[in-house]
Amino acid sequence: MVSTKTQIEFIAGVLMLFGVGLTLYKVFALGFPLLPGDYREVWTIESKVSFQPGDGPVDVGLTLPPAMGGWVVLDEHFASSGFGFSIREEIPRRASWTRQLVDQPTTLYYKIQAYRPLERALPERSVSKVKPPRLESDQKVAMDRLVTVLREKSSDVESFTTLLLQALDPQSKDPDADFLQSAWDDDLGDILLAVLAYAGIPAGEVRGIRLEDGRRRQTLSSLVEIHNGSRWVTFDPRTGQAGMPDDFFPWQRGSQAVLDVLGARNSRLEFALLSNSLPARNVTAMEQRAGRYALLNFSIYALPVEQQGVFKGLMLIPVAALVVVVMRLLVGLKTSGTFMPILIAIAFIQTTLFVGLGIFLGLVAVGLWIRSWLSYLNLLLVSRISAVVIVVILLMAILALVSYRLGLDQVLTVTFFPVVILAWTIERMSILWEEEGPHEVLVQGGGSLLVAVLAYLAMSNRLVSHLTFNFPELTLSLLGVILLLGKYTGYRLTELYRFREAGDQD
Amino acid sequence: MLFALPSRLRRRGILGMNERNVGYIGEYNSRRFYPLVDNKLETKRAATERNIPVPELYGVISYQHEVSSVIAMLESHDGFVIKPAQGSGGKGILVVIGRHGERYIKSSGQEVDAQYVRRHVSNILAGLHSLGGRNDHAMIESLIDFDPCLASFSHEGVPDVRVIAFQGVPVMAMMRCATHASDGKANLHQGAVGVGLDIGTGRSVGAVQHNRRVTCHPDTQASFTDLQIPHWTRVLDLAASCVEMTGLGYLGADVILDRERGPMLLELNARPGLAIQVANRAGLRSRLTEAAHIAAEAEDHDTRIDLARRRFSVHSW
Repeated sequence: MVSTKTQIEFIAGVLMLFGVGLTLYKVFALGFPLLPGDYREVWTIESKVSFQPGDGPVDVGLTLPPAMGGWVVLDEHFASSGFGFSIREEIPRRASWTRQLVDQPTTLYYKIQAYRPLERALPERSVSKVKPPRLESDQKVAMDRLVTVLREKSSDVESFTTLLLQALDPQSKDPDADFLQSAWDDDLGDILLAVLAYAGIPAGEVRGIRLEDGRRRQTLSSLVEIHNGSRWVTFDPRTGQAGMPDDFFPWQRGSQAVLDVLGARNSRLEFALLSNSLPARNVTAMEQRAGRYALLNFSIYALPVEQQGVFKGLMLIPVAALVVVVMRLLVGLKTSGTFMPILIAIAFIQTTLFVGLGIFLGLVAVGLWIRSWLSYLNLLLVSRISAVVIVVILLMAILALVSYRLGLDQVLTVTFFPVVILAWTIERMSILWEEEGPHEVLVQGGGSLLVAVLAYLAMSNRLVSHLTFNFPELTLSLLGVILLLGKYTGYRLTELYRFREAGDQD
Repeated sequence: MLFALPSRLRRRGILGMNERNVGYIGEYNSRRFYPLVDNKLETKRAATERNIPVPELYGVISYQHEVSSVIAMLESHDGFVIKPAQGSGGKGILVVIGRHGERYIKSSGQEVDAQYVRRHVSNILAGLHSLGGRNDHAMIESLIDFDPCLASFSHEGVPDVRVIAFQGVPVMAMMRCATHASDGKANLHQGAVGVGLDIGTGRSVGAVQHNRRVTCHPDTQASFTDLQIPHWTRVLDLAASCVEMTGLGYLGADVILDRERGPMLLELNARPGLAIQVANRAGLRSRLTEAAHIAAEAEDHDTRIDLARRRFSVHSW
């Protein structure tokens, strides 16, 4: 009979060797980059066209993005099970899916990987004659006044546009702009184009996607471009800034519909976005190899983008677990609840460290204060914890509201804290306070927070996230290390302090 | 020095938390025996079956609706102790040492009314003091009339003797004395004094409070140097019997000394702490290794204790 220690050592050894071996193979044989060196931000944009079945044949047309403004599309994929599929090579390119009969809600996918090596403006195109908008008489008066005022204040077409964007901003109190906005209960883009057209400025809409890492249900947004007499200039209506924003992927120039669906109902176009830091050449190389090496079909890259985003986060949790194991078994820190620090660390990723620490300490402090009152009421445990849960939720709501009013948007991330964990933390700390005194609360609470901060630092480390995402097999090695630590019988760092007197003696 | 070198601790045979968990608790204490230890009612039942003396049980309150009858149950007793059956770390223990008319006198001297006692019982049933907040039973026990020769060593609390036994061999012992700083509790990290005891004789070998050496009790000024636990042989015998009773290979037995009935088992602990090493200024590790030898050498209960007394004896002070 082999002792459990030997068994563990064997299993851990195999796991660690396998993980490291596979990683080395991927690095040396397949050319995966081991370090996050000269990386480019590659965006994976997954477009989802979903619709409910109607009667009769379905015809779905989707305008495909031409690479413009310095963007390069590395790769594109279509998923269209059971549909006839074709791409019409006109300008702009259009994908078309067709099917005689659809009997259930359907989703079609179009996925691209793109990056922006150079920041360019949109390419030149011809300027068509400006057609003045059709207006009611009262609208015409308001429009006239607005344009006159803006012309007086501006020096050229570009400053006119900037001022116009400021006037149309809901915060500004321009009465004419307000009136026009109420008259067009349409979106901002339409009024903007109408005013520009009235002022005789050639203008157009640029539709595209605002890029946010990990965002799931992004919809199309718009920029506006104007011709200043010599070239086209893009403006971001949100900020009023000229030039293409960095986080904007242009999909189509012009206001035509990006998606046409015939024969179906409730069609929707949504985008899931994910940013990876990869050298562009590696992405292209990987795509070429994907067919040849079965191994790559089992990498996380083979998953749909939404799930890739989820796994990007999930693969970091083992690292946090390792931090907890090390801090508890080797250092001997006391934490309140074994994995509470991990959950807090995950929340810190969303809130950023200092804001997160502030929110956490604030919530727990106020929670403890309210909990001490609940303890005076002498409630049964389950209802007391539930009461604390509700109190925590209300505190979060108040915090979010107050900070929003004060313009502290960062504090809105308070919702990323796991409510139930917070409630349990408050409950535990409160009992600890009553039974062992504030000193023990400080020790355990401080220990938990320290471990949470360390876990956060490990998880937000660029190298760590690069390794866990590109080499998920390293998680097996991590598992091996954790198994080995489970059989560690040496002293903890805190014990060297605790028994220091015993060590001192002769 | 702020930290001890690991090699030094190892040489002195200090047992660390990790080794205790993996090497002793994980190895010798099967989880299925835990309920017997964690539930004081079960412990008491098993001990009574084996004729191990325990404090007398006056009654058990199991349900909320029985709480109102608690006062009637206490009618005939002047002093009593109410505690949760599954409490941990000495939490939720109410000690009443006498009466003053309709009111009860706690060990701290504070007077409380019947309503206070009922609420205390109700809290115990709700699991306020129990591991994981589980619903619990409240036990009402006789008040320990502890041996007068130990009275001067404790302030507002009952001094108890913790004996660690491994495979039927008593390994290390200490007396825990409540102090004003520990608020009548016998936990070392709360400021109670730990007095290391010689396994051979039951005499003290040293005392610590807050990890610092002391020679006398901070409140009563009684000197620990002449402390000698009475009925020492029976204390060791009792602790060793508990190993056989529970099936746990490694345990801590908390023994109290009653004036008339002598040593009685108060409770058992399947995960005894490591502070006993500080009080004894000696390591558990080397003693446990030796205890394993003794267990292998002798089958007999009394021989094991004899061998332990001879081999673990140390010079006092």
